[in-house]
Amino acid sequence: MNPPANQFLRATRSYFGATARERVAHLFDAGSVIEFLPPEICTPSPHLARLGLPGAQDDGAIVGRATLEGASVLFVAQEGQFMGGAVGELHGARIVGTLARALTDRPRAVLLLIDSGGVRLHEANAGLIAISEIMRAVLDTRRAGVPVLALIGGVCGAFGGMGIVARMCSRVIMSEEGRLALSGPDVIETVAGVEEFDARDRALVWRVTGGKHRLLTGDCDELVDDDIDAFRSAGARAVRNASERAPMLADLRQRQDVLARRAQRLAGLNDGAQVWRALGIADPQAISMLTAEETMALAGELQ
Amino acid sequence: METLEFSFASQPLPGAHPPAIRGVVGSGNLEVLIVAAPNDAACHVTVNTSARGFRDIWHAVLEAFATRHPAGQLDVTINDMGATPAVVTLRLEQALAAFAEGSP
Repeated sequence: MNPPANQFLRATRSYFGATARERVAHLFDAGSVIEFLPPEICTPSPHLARLGLPGAQDDGAIVGRATLEGASVLFVAQEGQFMGGAVGELHGARIVGTLARALTDRPRAVLLLIDSGGVRLHEANAGLIAISEIMRAVLDTRRAGVPVLALIGGVCGAFGGMGIVARMCSRVIMSEEGRLALSGPDVIETVAGVEEFDARDRALVWRVTGGKHRLLTGDCDELVDDDIDAFRSAGARAVRNASERAPMLADLRQRQDVLARRAQRLAGLNDGAQVWRALGIADPQAISMLTAEETMALAGELQ
Repeated sequence: METLEFSFASQPLPGAHPPAIRGVVGSGNLEVLIVAAPNDAACHVTVNTSARGFRDIWHAVLEAFATRHPAGQLDVTINDMGATPAVVTLRLEQALAAFAEGSP
């Protein structure tokens, strides 16, 4: 039987290239999105105005309620194109408020569409405090039995404080294009020198922070194609299957042991390809050509 | 940053519409928010822009928009990060189209 003619013509909608509003519009069920604090009732950050910078009405964080394949969820979508998705005071307060609302609304999950370089340096301490409040709010939400899912596939990835927040979530879903790390490439190069890390070597950046690397090292739970529909399916599946139980001290100790062993095992390696070989992958050079599905299969074999 | 206020006579856009927003406050880009303002016949525009000293160009671009499209009884808020006139016109038209069809 012939495949349907449109099988090869299916339009994909890049998650990477989309704005936060486009992601929200196409990820959730049509007509289900109700935005909290929509742009018309908000004013831009007074901190940026004081520095002579125009702000965005929503301060780069769209928050609200929606359904995802029928399941009611709360969401946060960071706009990576505005100030690098950085967390300022208002931006952070919107995220914290949405997570706090999960305690009373009891949605099936909270989805964090992370696209952020971390703290907004223009707002300094207010941004740092906001990040710490988001961390606390993520843990409070999880403790109340509501899973928090991190979706990472935007232009800014998840760096700095938002990288930490991502790893505090119940589940991390990434695309190959998404990046997850603590210090960003430029920060490392500035602090430690270009010999330590060449931030302009894009392939290197992705080999040590990209979605495939994070999947293989176990920092990401699921790798999907750079396609809003792929994120939608993975997100919906995660919401359906999620069962949140409060993290116990024993779990944290066990996780700490795993990380300590990993740090020991991978010490001295300075490229993703070396790490993949150390993890038992025979042909690390082939990784970059694998599809998301093939990489998932490979990661499954490693475990 | 410079904040500019403009008011233009324009044909009213019929019907009740929810607010609409298009664009992002990124380099060379801008966001345009359109909200219905039924008590004011004119098209009222507030511009917050990172580029100072371009009042005349803003006036020309916005006046052309208000002349070419029914934009009366609307409140338009623009947050701009150095967009060129062509990009400003494009975003204004995208926002107005979204507003007219009622998609936020």
